[in-house]
Amino acid sequence: MGVPALNLRDLRKTYASGVVALHGIDLRVEPGDFFGLLGPNGAGKSTAIGIVSSLVTPSGGSAEIFGHDIEREPWEARRRLGLVPQEVNFNGFETVEQIVLNQAGYYGIPRRRARISCERYLRELDLWDKRHAVSRTLSGGMKRRLMIARGLVHEPRLLILDEPTAGVDIELRRSMWRFLQALNRNSEVTVILTTHYLEEAESLCRNIAIINGGRIVENTSTEALLNRLDTHSFILDVETIRGELPQVEGFALRRLGPTQLEADVHRAQSVTQLVQALATHGIQVRSLKNKANRLEELFIHLLHRDAPASDAGH
Amino acid sequence: MYWRECLIALLTLSRKETTRYLRIWVQTLFPPAITMTLYFVIFGNLIGPRIGPMDGYSYMDFIVPGIIMLAVITNSYANVASSFFSAKFQRHIEELMVSPAPSVVILLGYVSGGVGRGLLVGLIVTLVSLIFTQIQIHSIPITISVVLLTSILFSLGGFINGVFARKFDDVAIVPTFILTPLTYLGGVFYSVSLLPDTWRIVSLFNPVLYMVNAFRYGILGASDIDIRVAYALVLLSIAILTAISLYLLKRGIGLRA
Repeated sequence: MGVPALNLRDLRKTYASGVVALHGIDLRVEPGDFFGLLGPNGAGKSTAIGIVSSLVTPSGGSAEIFGHDIEREPWEARRRLGLVPQEVNFNGFETVEQIVLNQAGYYGIPRRRARISCERYLRELDLWDKRHAVSRTLSGGMKRRLMIARGLVHEPRLLILDEPTAGVDIELRRSMWRFLQALNRNSEVTVILTTHYLEEAESLCRNIAIINGGRIVENTSTEALLNRLDTHSFILDVETIRGELPQVEGFALRRLGPTQLEADVHRAQSVTQLVQALATHGIQVRSLKNKANRLEELFIHLLHRDAPASDAGH
Repeated sequence: MYWRECLIALLTLSRKETTRYLRIWVQTLFPPAITMTLYFVIFGNLIGPRIGPMDGYSYMDFIVPGIIMLAVITNSYANVASSFFSAKFQRHIEELMVSPAPSVVILLGYVSGGVGRGLLVGLIVTLVSLIFTQIQIHSIPITISVVLLTSILFSLGGFINGVFARKFDDVAIVPTFILTPLTYLGGVFYSVSLLPDTWRIVSLFNPVLYMVNAFRYGILGASDIDIRVAYALVLLSIAILTAISLYLLKRGIGLRA
């Protein structure tokens, strides 16, 4: 394996209040990955990101960005990192363009080059027409996109997004997904995403780590994680069922209403088999959907499994 | 390459700070011009002729250097303290903290804003003073070096205040209760040679006295103190406050969790 995009070793953080936010976590993210860092509120996600981005001082351990230690080689490490924080943290009195250009300047990028990069990202994020607008007048979605443009203007190789789609409408969320996927695919930017929307993590991330109580409780590929589910529940819209619900061999069925069923499909079975089996009993399936997000089921299971260890709170 | 990138970061921060105080000129440049004009009118024009000469100069001529220095000190300090605290309060200081810009660049960037505003206000007050009197500068190098060093010193003081401030009141406490009394008692409106021995000795512990008198020496050629002592004091203070500021930045005190 080559140099990882992010390498955390025994990273620890105890706040002055005595709260232990990180109990010595190890995490390795490979270059080019789209990585999800999941966990409930207070799990330690923001603390870990804060340490990597130099906003929080670690109590111990080390963090490297593309092989450069954030403490010993801050210039080399930080220039490779872009951060999109959870909360708005730009100057509300500056224009969109000033905010992005200034950020480029802090990274030592000459003004001419910064203008080119600024225009590129503001256009891609549909903010170019707002470049002269004072930032505090932007809508919530525009502010989120501005923070992404600011995080990318210096062309980082690693982009960390801390809940970038929190509170944005579904249309904007989907457009941000497309943008991030294209960025990861075309520009080979390694992306680390924290999110509460598990559907988002399932759709975007190739690998996932789950953090809880300041400890990494799971770190594997999204596919491997989802494969652990033994059964998967579906909600089915069917033609009206007359009489008793038939016994369909191999599938557990529950009636939810006159035209709605819930069915459990084992890992060894397929949805096609379920639909065909129902058809043999005269039940025609009109549509079906997941009962719950698959990752959500696993996530809750993993958190409950490690519940006693939970003592973080920042 | 590293130095070039640091220079670009410094120029960016410096430009941002300059844009800030120019954008809000009604709050930053206009009020000191009005206040200092009132000082010239009331103390220089109305009361001054009744007081008579001071150290061999008309009272108006005597107070001009002190009033210019008063404006430079308060504006240099206030600019950095309020700008840095606002950046903390609005959290856009994080833009700098996540960037590779070294601590010394961040410090120099903020200090440059304080020095820029301090000197610009000083220039405005000087132009206003020309309405009331003719200024013949005794030594241009001394005048410029003293005002520049003083502005740097108080910008550093404002930076440390901004680092420790947790609310807007904290930014106002030091200028109101420490800086203003020290400046008024620093020989702006009188010569310490007029004071009784005890108060004259007490005055010698006021650092502002040295800066006001060194500046007055640069303009008028007259001073209550040895200006070599003033230079030594200012340079030593700058060195100490720079070291403290860099230590605070590197440790992230008041900034990092």
